[in-house]
Amino acid sequence: MPWQYITRSMRGYPVRPPESGIARRKSIWERIHLDPWLLGLLLLLMSSGLIVLYSASGQSMDAVIAQSVRFCIALVGMVIIAQFSPSTFLRFAPLAYGVGVAMLIAVDVVGDVGMGAKRWLVIPGVIRFQPSEMMKLAAPLMVAAYLNRCELPPRLRDILVCGVIIGLPVVLTAIQPDLGTSLLVASAALIVVLLAGLSWRLIGFIAALGAAGVPVLWMNMHNYQRQRVLTFLNPESDPLGSGWNIIQSTTAIGSGGLWGKGWLQGTQSQLEFLPERHTDFIIAVLGEEFGLVGMLALLFLYLLIVSRGLWMASTAQDTFGRLVAGSIILTFFIYVFVNMGMVSGILPVVGVPLPLVSFGGTSSVTLLAGFGILMSIHAHRRLLSR
Amino acid sequence: MLKRPNTLKNSEQELRIFRVRALLAVLVVLTLASLLMGRLVYLQIVQHDMYSTRSENNRVRVEPLPPNRGLIYDRNGVLLAENRPTYNLTLVRERVDNLDETLALLVELLELPEEEIEAFNVRSRQRQRPFQPALLTSDLSEDQIARLAVNRHRLPGVEIEAQPLRFYPDAEIMAHALGYVGRINAEELEELDAGRYAGTHFIGKTGIERFYEEELHGQAGLRKVETNARGRVLRELDRTDPVPGENLTLTLDKSLQMLAYELLDDRRGSIVAIVPETGEILAMVSTPGFDSNQFVTGIDVASYRGLQEDLDLPLFNRAIRGHYPPGSTIKPFLALAGLVEGVITPDSTINDPGYYQLPNDSRRYRNWLRWGHGRVDMERSLAVSNNTYYYTLAHDLGIDNLHDRMSNFGFGQRVAHDVQGESNALMPSRDWKRGRFNQPWYPGETLSVGIGQGYWQVTPLQLASATATLANRGHWVKPRLARQIGDTPVPQDLPDTLDDIQLANDNWWDRVFSGMEKVISGSEGTARRTGVGLEYRMGGKSGTAQVFSLGQDQRYNADELAERLRDHALFMAFAPLDDPQIAVSVIVENAGGGSTHAAHLARAMTDAWLLKDDAPDAEEVREVLEEDNANVEGN
Repeated sequence: MPWQYITRSMRGYPVRPPESGIARRKSIWERIHLDPWLLGLLLLLMSSGLIVLYSASGQSMDAVIAQSVRFCIALVGMVIIAQFSPSTFLRFAPLAYGVGVAMLIAVDVVGDVGMGAKRWLVIPGVIRFQPSEMMKLAAPLMVAAYLNRCELPPRLRDILVCGVIIGLPVVLTAIQPDLGTSLLVASAALIVVLLAGLSWRLIGFIAALGAAGVPVLWMNMHNYQRQRVLTFLNPESDPLGSGWNIIQSTTAIGSGGLWGKGWLQGTQSQLEFLPERHTDFIIAVLGEEFGLVGMLALLFLYLLIVSRGLWMASTAQDTFGRLVAGSIILTFFIYVFVNMGMVSGILPVVGVPLPLVSFGGTSSVTLLAGFGILMSIHAHRRLLSR
Repeated sequence: MLKRPNTLKNSEQELRIFRVRALLAVLVVLTLASLLMGRLVYLQIVQHDMYSTRSENNRVRVEPLPPNRGLIYDRNGVLLAENRPTYNLTLVRERVDNLDETLALLVELLELPEEEIEAFNVRSRQRQRPFQPALLTSDLSEDQIARLAVNRHRLPGVEIEAQPLRFYPDAEIMAHALGYVGRINAEELEELDAGRYAGTHFIGKTGIERFYEEELHGQAGLRKVETNARGRVLRELDRTDPVPGENLTLTLDKSLQMLAYELLDDRRGSIVAIVPETGEILAMVSTPGFDSNQFVTGIDVASYRGLQEDLDLPLFNRAIRGHYPPGSTIKPFLALAGLVEGVITPDSTINDPGYYQLPNDSRRYRNWLRWGHGRVDMERSLAVSNNTYYYTLAHDLGIDNLHDRMSNFGFGQRVAHDVQGESNALMPSRDWKRGRFNQPWYPGETLSVGIGQGYWQVTPLQLASATATLANRGHWVKPRLARQIGDTPVPQDLPDTLDDIQLANDNWWDRVFSGMEKVISGSEGTARRTGVGLEYRMGGKSGTAQVFSLGQDQRYNADELAERLRDHALFMAFAPLDDPQIAVSVIVENAGGGSTHAAHLARAMTDAWLLKDDAPDAEEVREVLEEDNANVEGN
């Protein structure tokens, strides 16, 4: 039976058990345009995140409450977004994209400098806003919207247009400089193109081009970025500088062992040896205090969410929905992978938070907004007769 | 807005593409997830033991506990060097988010001079261990501490550290004798035992502080603390207390030292006083002095340049490094050399026509008194400071004997036990001249040496030490500055002491003493004005040293020129004659007016030591000097 669901859904049919009938009454979830499975998994993830956060923040209830408030706001945002139909996103994608690019330019010109990089757009007393964050959704939406008009697989001309659509925000973000976010924006948008059926030959060509571009990228990197890369290649070379983070995080994870040291018992975490332990490196706290078991449990939870998301993407009824949903859920996984890979020392430190676990409002809002779109796509399927 | 195209006819194909791609995505996701799992298994299972150990070591940090530096007292227990509590600002580079911004903020808050920042940059590069705090500035004022406290949240990694700072209550007077401590520099750091000096910022640079660095410093302790990565100490696990440095009791007498300083009265000069029997240095003064406290925290460039360019060379320790021609002050030693070598007896005489001539040489070596002193024996030769007698004596001794005998008094070598930076000065010899000028020794040069001129140079300390040996009737005792280290007295017999000087007849010592007494108390004595009202028997010898011509490029104004061309006044003395308790050497640069100036100062010193409170103070001595000068000018 489940296999039948998959095959049917992949052909673009609504996932609906045949016996349920067309005239079946909509469930409460369908009426509020939410997916109960995905929502349940997300809530489970966020709750686990809060438990880890309590430990990672040095047992600060304030941090947990602040994070919960952000989660609530982000969830409300998700629910609201889920009420719009996918066609709305399709229509507003170019507008969102245009505004995003304009704000990125504004940031580069007048942005607020934080940590040596201009990332924030500040309307004094009102809001501090990171336009690059919005671009993580706007860019894939725009590419999907463009490709939705084309015949797929896309022809070279369409791909070039997509290249420009992607390249503009990526370059603008990179020169802030915020390499991490620019790569995430690029990957979110590129996934759309890949899912749309970019030819393998072109993929190979772009990969080669990318490899050739590495030296160019290196030349244009800021010193601290180069340092991060060098430290990634050999963290022991700078044990008290840039390598510190990685050495401390791998030590935290490694010392956790199979079962971990117990909640609130991690010495690495509790004694603040671990840097950024409640933000980017929060997974190391989990690894130290809950061990391999805890890590695998969290990873499994993420994989469940990704599975559910991919499922929803594949049941989408049109190309735009499929591409957007696929991009959102795969980008989500990329966040997870990049963060966990970075903290466990198989990827360079690029400053990507762990989705819905790391302390921070912006990324939670963006992520849940993405899930809102995903749910909207899933819940606004037209029930077609067979 | 984009118009939604009719894609129905392509939908099957698009769906198929998506399906393939989505399946691939699933594969990629699974692969990456497996990669993560593999990594986690590797870290948490395979390498668990290693990381477990590392994590255990991580939370425990060892912090040094610097010891308190030993205090320095004078012989009466008067504090000469203490540790004053002060507050330092330190910075841990690793914990500072943005070093430049932090430094800029600190400069603004504390109004630090640029040099401090530059010095800090040098220091922070030479740290011994990672995460070791580097000193930014010392001796914060209360106002600065308050300003730091308010801005603390903006300054992670910046710490205020309480640290005792060396303080010299009588810096100007004691600067040369005590020396001073200063910040450890790069070269010193390389040679230091890092464990012993962990947490120590200062080290003895000169003088006693340098010589007894090991004893004064003590041993750093340590404490194991559980910390967080921000450096905050959460609790102490284990502690080894530091061993404080030993307190030093010096042989110096602060009141005598102060008197000597006041007697020199801002002139350039030096006074050294020694207890002959024990070799204890009672006073060792070089003027002008300087404020050694400035050097502790690091002197600013302008002040340092001021001190360096001062024509009076305040940083120059004349007592141990000043090279002076000893002049006639060495005549008693030469007489003794003659007695030892059998060249003279106390009763042998010469006839002085006012000059001396070498055989087969028409050149006349003149006595200071043009018409000569007539018949002169040893005692009279000392009292009137006859040159002809010593020309004869020196010629008869020959330079080789002369050099050896004088070396036996400590000339031309370092004499003291624990005086840092002492100079050899120069006792000329044939070998020395050949090595230095590649020339043979000429007989005429022996005559110059015979009256303490020529190549011969002594330091005030050497002269005092030789005087003490003479007062001891030839028994050598090494001069020393430390009396007691902690509770352990410095032993009386120190290694590397010179051989005692033996005379054929012990009475001959009295004859030499008698000649020296006549210098002060005799009717013909060169320092007879000094002997007025003397309450004890005192022996001494005056000397004047000609100042060599100035270098061509040196220009002074007329007054200055005249002043600096005057002769140096020297005097050596000991008292009381029958039981010597103090030996003194005095050198006053460009004092002029013959040797009397120095003689008065020497007597003021012996008065102070022997008569204690009844002795005239520096002010009274100054009045005597002025009166004396007026008499000289009146003559």
